[in-house]
Amino acid sequence: MIKYAVIQFPGSNCDHDSLWIPRLRGQRSSMIWHKNHDLGSPDVVILPGGFSYGDYLRAGVIAKFSPIIQEVAKFADKGGIVIGICNGFQVLTETGMLPGALMMNQSLKFICKHQHIRCEKAGTPFTNQLREKQVLDIPIAHKEGNYFIDADGLKRLQDNSQIIFRYCDAEGNITPEANPNGSLYNIAGISNEKGNILGMMPHPERAAEDVVTSHDGTGIFDSIEAWLG
Amino acid sequence: MYLAKVYVTLKPSVLDPQGKVVKQTVNNLGYDKITDVRVSKYIEIKLDVSSQEEAEAEIEAICDKILANPNTETYRYEIGKLS
Repeated sequence: MIKYAVIQFPGSNCDHDSLWIPRLRGQRSSMIWHKNHDLGSPDVVILPGGFSYGDYLRAGVIAKFSPIIQEVAKFADKGGIVIGICNGFQVLTETGMLPGALMMNQSLKFICKHQHIRCEKAGTPFTNQLREKQVLDIPIAHKEGNYFIDADGLKRLQDNSQIIFRYCDAEGNITPEANPNGSLYNIAGISNEKGNILGMMPHPERAAEDVVTSHDGTGIFDSIEAWLG
Repeated sequence: MYLAKVYVTLKPSVLDPQGKVVKQTVNNLGYDKITDVRVSKYIEIKLDVSSQEEAEAEIEAICDKILANPNTETYRYEIGKLS
């Protein structure tokens, strides 16, 4: 069985979904409070969505100084699989575990809707059960999802194939109209250089069980488990 | 006691959608000489330190560590002695 650890900050609100989906899949999952110094011995760490510490100052920045994040960084340094979803992605950029920053949506609005994203790189710990250019329907729900990185940073992401998901239309076309929040290069999800850390704004845990309309998030959990299996 | 006034602003290369909306709104109100608006953060910090230099070192450190995101923002500050 694969062990997921879900990090819970004050203000996390997708923590229970992130805890539930692995269990539904027959795996184990545990909640780890932000003040803990012990991560246990998980196979995967999920930094869930929400509003950690009320999003004060900047989304994700206060979490950078929580005791458990130091442990998550050590786990990732050793090659551990880490996925940050939505606020979790914001935390990963603020801690410097992923490059770039997530700024306020260009529309200034909180956006909550289904969104198509395209898998840009198959074969990673998070996409090995997906095909390149496969289109997924995964919900988004955020106000600070506008990915930004400077020109050199974008080039590095491209050269190292770190761009994992991009916003697209239902047919997989990457267009400005299909970009919900103004993200540079339609970026929806990136990995670190080593490839063991993924940050993404869309919520795969909200599209991974029968009771919801899209099941496209399943492919990401399938990939993580296939990678570790 | 010292008071630091810290201004955290978006880099010129970074789009500021809030500033754009504010500019559009004031233009719509008839203030047509307003050509650009940038919205930023202003933070006041009181420090119990004994010198200006100590206050500056402290403020620089926290700006770098937490107050500004080096990817998108820059900062400047003014420090004065509180009477």
